[in-house]
Amino acid sequence: MIQLILFFTFAFLAVFGGVMVISHRNPIYSALFLILTLFSLAGIYILLLAHFIAIVHIAVYAGAIMVLFLFVIMLLNIKAEAQARGAFKYMKYLAIPMAVILFLELGYSGFQQYKESVTKASEIGTVENIGSALFSTYLLPFEITSVLLVVAMAGALFLSKKKLSVSKE
Amino acid sequence: MDPVILNLIIVLVKIVVVLIGIFVTILILTLAERRVSGFIQDRLGPNRVGPFGLLQPIADALKFFVKEDIIPSHVEKALYILGPMLILIPALMTFAVIPFGDQIYTYLGGQLVDIRFQVADLNVGILYILAIASLGVYGTVIGGWASNNKYSLMGGLRSSSQMISYEIPMGLSIVSVVMMSGSLRLQDIVHDQAQLWNIIRQPLAFVIFMVSAFAETNRLPFDLPEAEQELVGGYHTEYSSMKFAAFMLSEYANLITSSALMVTLFLGGWQVPFGILEFLNLPILWEQLIQILSFVIKTGFMLFFFIWVRWTLPRFRYDQLMNLGWKSLLPLALFNIVLTGLGIAIFS
Repeated sequence: MIQLILFFTFAFLAVFGGVMVISHRNPIYSALFLILTLFSLAGIYILLLAHFIAIVHIAVYAGAIMVLFLFVIMLLNIKAEAQARGAFKYMKYLAIPMAVILFLELGYSGFQQYKESVTKASEIGTVENIGSALFSTYLLPFEITSVLLVVAMAGALFLSKKKLSVSKE
Repeated sequence: MDPVILNLIIVLVKIVVVLIGIFVTILILTLAERRVSGFIQDRLGPNRVGPFGLLQPIADALKFFVKEDIIPSHVEKALYILGPMLILIPALMTFAVIPFGDQIYTYLGGQLVDIRFQVADLNVGILYILAIASLGVYGTVIGGWASNNKYSLMGGLRSSSQMISYEIPMGLSIVSVVMMSGSLRLQDIVHDQAQLWNIIRQPLAFVIFMVSAFAETNRLPFDLPEAEQELVGGYHTEYSSMKFAAFMLSEYANLITSSALMVTLFLGGWQVPFGILEFLNLPILWEQLIQILSFVIKTGFMLFFFIWVRWTLPRFRYDQLMNLGWKSLLPLALFNIVLTGLGIAIFS
């Protein structure tokens, strides 16, 4: 019973936040509502006993990525998206059929998986299970991901370094 | 009684007790900071209100409450009000997973319940602290930006870049502790230190963690976000009354959580050193009380250490701060992880 109440609270907040992200005119508020959505999703993860995923979700998305987003928006100082409205005028005619297709797709796959997912949801996302899965079954993809991250980091360093030397000259 | 309701009551009692404990400690800290700084600078400090100035915090709190709450006309109003809340909430949330006593079993209302002396015993405990602590950035950034003042914005930006930079060595120094205990649960980390505290087994990690904690809590020598001489007051320049007090409260709450976390990770948590408890052989209730007292004393010492350092060391320059974080602490923390891994491979 408590779980059901919590689920609907988090689900409502997630959807509300999501709608506000795209409908609010001030991009800073949009970013803050996106954080609200991310939190609500973390709450739903916890209800599914996926504590590790929930915490990593908060730490990575809310704690790191969205902070940088907020930085960029604040420093660019976009007050309201005045010009942007005009540029994307005809986009909404394309957006409506795309949204309908997306909803149908989601509804179909959700309906297909409904029966099995309810019973199997528990205990997959705990630290112990994710750890043992990462270091046994998925060891190779896990290590390859680390190489990918190192390459990305080195690339970011290289790009910022290059700019620095140009500006000094 | 219904076990669900019983558990709910236990959790609520724990939340209330911990929150009151944190607020009382904050009150004591505000006085201690001024008295200790007075002692270090060879003067008296506030000693007029009550015996030894003990009622000074109450007077300060009253003053904050009755001061006029000014919202300047040039601010982004909703975010300006949201800022202090966003910084205070994570500051108070992080303490939830810190254990301040051992887990005991007792009969309550005719049934066996296990009482854990921590608000929430999460199996991702230490990650929870890192995740919630990283949210503290929003309060300073939003408060600084919404104030619409260049000093506030500079303070907010400095604070967030500092917090993001020092989260990395902090997290990596915790990794080596987690490697020793084999668990992210803070209670397990405390139990792991029954024989030998982590400060002896992991001295390097302790130093890295402590330096990072100073940077994360924006304390001197790393208090660049509110460097008075350059930034007037940093991100809280435009705030007054209780909104300003919220920034102060969260700073001290972060200080308490950092101290408690250092005690938990490196100083044996609630454990009493030298096997004194086994020697005394007291009833379980007394043992619990002594363990909680041990935790409080250790945390108190770390808090004193924070104040001591603040009034001893001068402020770093901004580039020195970044160099220290990225070029010294980060490689050291990585080196420490390799060392710990080698140690575990050789000795076990």
